[in-house]
Amino acid sequence: MPAPQRGTPVDLTPAQASDGLDQTLGRFGEFGGRFAPETLIPALEELEQEFNSAWSSSDFRNEFSELLTSYAGRPTPVTECRRLSDALGVRVFLKREDLTHTGSHKINNVLGQALLTKRMGKQRIIAETGAGQHGVATATVAALFGLDCTVFMGAVDVKRQALNVWRMELLGASVVSCESGSATLKDAINEAMRDWVSSVESTHYCIGSVVGPHPYPTVVREFQRVIGDESLLQMREQLSGRDPDYVVACVGGGSNAMGTFAGFTDTSAQLIGIEAAGLGLESGQHGASITRGVPGVLHGAKSLLLQDEDGQIVEPHSISAGLDYPGVGPQHAALAATGRARYESATDEEALLGFQLLAETEGIIPALEPAHVIGWLMREAGQSVPTGSTVLITMSGRGDKDAAFVAERLSGRDS
Amino acid sequence: MNLETHLRSRRSLGKSLLIPYVTGGLGEPWLQIVRAVAAAGADAVEIGIPFSDPIMDGKTIQEASQRALDLGATFSSIVAQVATLDIGIPIVVMSYYNPLHHAGHVRSASMLADAGIDGAIIPDLPLDEIGPWADAADDAGVETVLLAAPTTPDDRLGRICERSRGFVYGVSLMGVTGERAQLASQASVMGERLKAITDMPVLLGVGISNSEQAVAAAASADGVIVGSALISRLLRGEGPDEAFTFVESIRSALDA
Repeated sequence: MPAPQRGTPVDLTPAQASDGLDQTLGRFGEFGGRFAPETLIPALEELEQEFNSAWSSSDFRNEFSELLTSYAGRPTPVTECRRLSDALGVRVFLKREDLTHTGSHKINNVLGQALLTKRMGKQRIIAETGAGQHGVATATVAALFGLDCTVFMGAVDVKRQALNVWRMELLGASVVSCESGSATLKDAINEAMRDWVSSVESTHYCIGSVVGPHPYPTVVREFQRVIGDESLLQMREQLSGRDPDYVVACVGGGSNAMGTFAGFTDTSAQLIGIEAAGLGLESGQHGASITRGVPGVLHGAKSLLLQDEDGQIVEPHSISAGLDYPGVGPQHAALAATGRARYESATDEEALLGFQLLAETEGIIPALEPAHVIGWLMREAGQSVPTGSTVLITMSGRGDKDAAFVAERLSGRDS
Repeated sequence: MNLETHLRSRRSLGKSLLIPYVTGGLGEPWLQIVRAVAAAGADAVEIGIPFSDPIMDGKTIQEASQRALDLGATFSSIVAQVATLDIGIPIVVMSYYNPLHHAGHVRSASMLADAGIDGAIIPDLPLDEIGPWADAADDAGVETVLLAAPTTPDDRLGRICERSRGFVYGVSLMGVTGERAQLASQASVMGERLKAITDMPVLLGVGISNSEQAVAAAASADGVIVGSALISRLLRGEGPDEAFTFVESIRSALDA
C-alpha cells in the first residue's frame, strides 16, 4: 500500500486489537478497568456499545475519515530532519501532528468523540485540558458540530496557557478555572468528572487522553491510531520497506504515544515513551508516572501513579502543562510491564534545549511536550541510541502556545 | 457491632434512620464531633477518610478533606483514632479506593476491623470491580455498602442490593455531595425503587441538607445520610455543641 499523500482520504481499516484487551472489564494485563461512581456506569456502558457499533460500521469510519481529511488536514507528512540528523548522528524523522488543524494531534480524537456524541443524541460536550490543546480542539469541533461546550482547566494552566484560553472562548466554549489541589490537569479531570456526574444524561465527557474508565483508553487509542497507521506506511516508503529502529513519543496521559505505538506494535521497532523528569527524577518534582510510579486507581482506571506512602496522589511537576499529570494511560503501564515499550524521561532543562535545537536546525518550533523527546535524543544519540539509527518522533503539537512562556524562561540567560 | 443487624433493629422500632457524616481528621475536636452526633441520636456514624482527589464530593467536603490532609490526617492515623471511640453505635468509613488499594485489601480490611469499624463505603468502587476488596472485607467482617444511583437500571439495581452489606446507599440526586436548596425530585423515586426490591435497610444520601428535606426523603426510604450540611457548619468554626444541636434537630424532625 502506498504511503498516504496529503489531502487524500485516510484509510481506516478496522484495527486488529492484539493488545490482550479483556472487553468485559477493559483490562490491559492488570491495568485498566472501570472504577467510576455508580452514577456514571450506565453512560460508560452506553459509550462502549456506541463505540463498538460505530467502529465496526463503514459509514462511521468513512465519515470520520472524511473529517480527518477535509477538516483536520490529514494525512500529516513525515519530515526527514537533515540538519538535526547531522547534529546528532542519527537519522531523525518527525511525524507532523503539529500541522493538523488546531496544531496538535488532539483533533483526531475529538472528531471521533464528537461523532459519537451526535450518535448518542447528546447536545453538550465537556473536556479537561492541561496545555490547552485538547480544550482548543474540543471547542473547535463543538463549534463545527453546534454543540454546547465547557472546558475545565487548572488555574495554574489557565495562567501559563493564556492564549489557548482566549482561543477556546473565541470558539464559543466556557472555560472553568479549577482552583483545587495542584490546579493543573489532574484537578481539571476531577472537576470534569464532577460535572459529568451531574449532567451525564445530556452530556458527553470527551476525555483527551488514553486515561479514564473503560472504554476511554481504547476509544482514544483507536481514534489516535491514525498517527501510527499513517507513519508506518510513510516510513516504509522513506526507508525502502524497512521500519525505523526507534519510534519515540512523549507521554503525559499518553495519547499521541499510544496512537503512534498502535501502528508499530507488530514491527521490530523499539517503542519508547518519554516522560517528564521535571526538575530531575531525584527531586520528587516530576511527572514520570511509569518510571517512578506504583500501581493505584485514579480517574477511573488502575495504572501507575505518583502517590505517597498513604495512597494520596502526589502533585506532579513539569515545565509542560501537557505532561503535568500524576498518572498514565493503563495500556502504557501494561506495555511497560511486558517490556514491549520502554519509558525514559527528559528534564525541563533538556526540553528547553530540544525546543531551541529543533527551531534552529529545522525551522520547526515544537510544543514543549514533544520537545522533551528532542531533548532526550540530544542526550542519548550516540549513547543508548547508536549512531546511524533511524528514529521516528511524533511531533505531537506546535510550539506557538509555549513561545511567550519559553521567551520568559530564557530571557536573562547568556545563551 | 453488625451494621445491618443494628440498623434493622432500629428500623423495627418504627423510626427513620439517621447517619451523619464527619470528615476524619478535620481539626482537633473531630472525635468530639463524632461523640456529639452519636449522643444526638445518630443510628450509625459515617467517617470520611480524606483523599487528595475526591471526585464524588462537592466543594464543602473537598475543602474539609484538604484541610484534614493539611493537618496531617492519614488513613492509619484516622483508623487509630477511631479505635479509641466508644459510642455504642456502628461506625462506617467512607474512603476512595486508592488508599485501601495502596495499603492492600487484606491489610486495610483488617485494620478497619481491628479498629472496630463495621462498614465501608467506597464511592469509586462499583459493583463490577468490587470482587477483590469485597472478598477481603467479608473475611474481615467489614460490611461493604454499595451505592445505587438514579441512572442505575432495574436489573443492575437488583444485583447491587444482593451484593451490598449493611445497607444500600441510594444516591438521591444526579450530582456530587453538597448542600441543595431543595430535595431533588429523584430522591423519592430512588427510595421507592430500592424499597420495592429489597428488605435491606435503604438510606438516601447526597444533597440532603436540613430537617425538612430529611423528613421528605425518609418518607420513601428507611432513613437518610447527612454530610455537607453538617460539615459546612464545622468549616465555619462551629464545634461539638452546635453539631449536637443540628443533628438533634434532624433527629426530632424524623421522630415527630
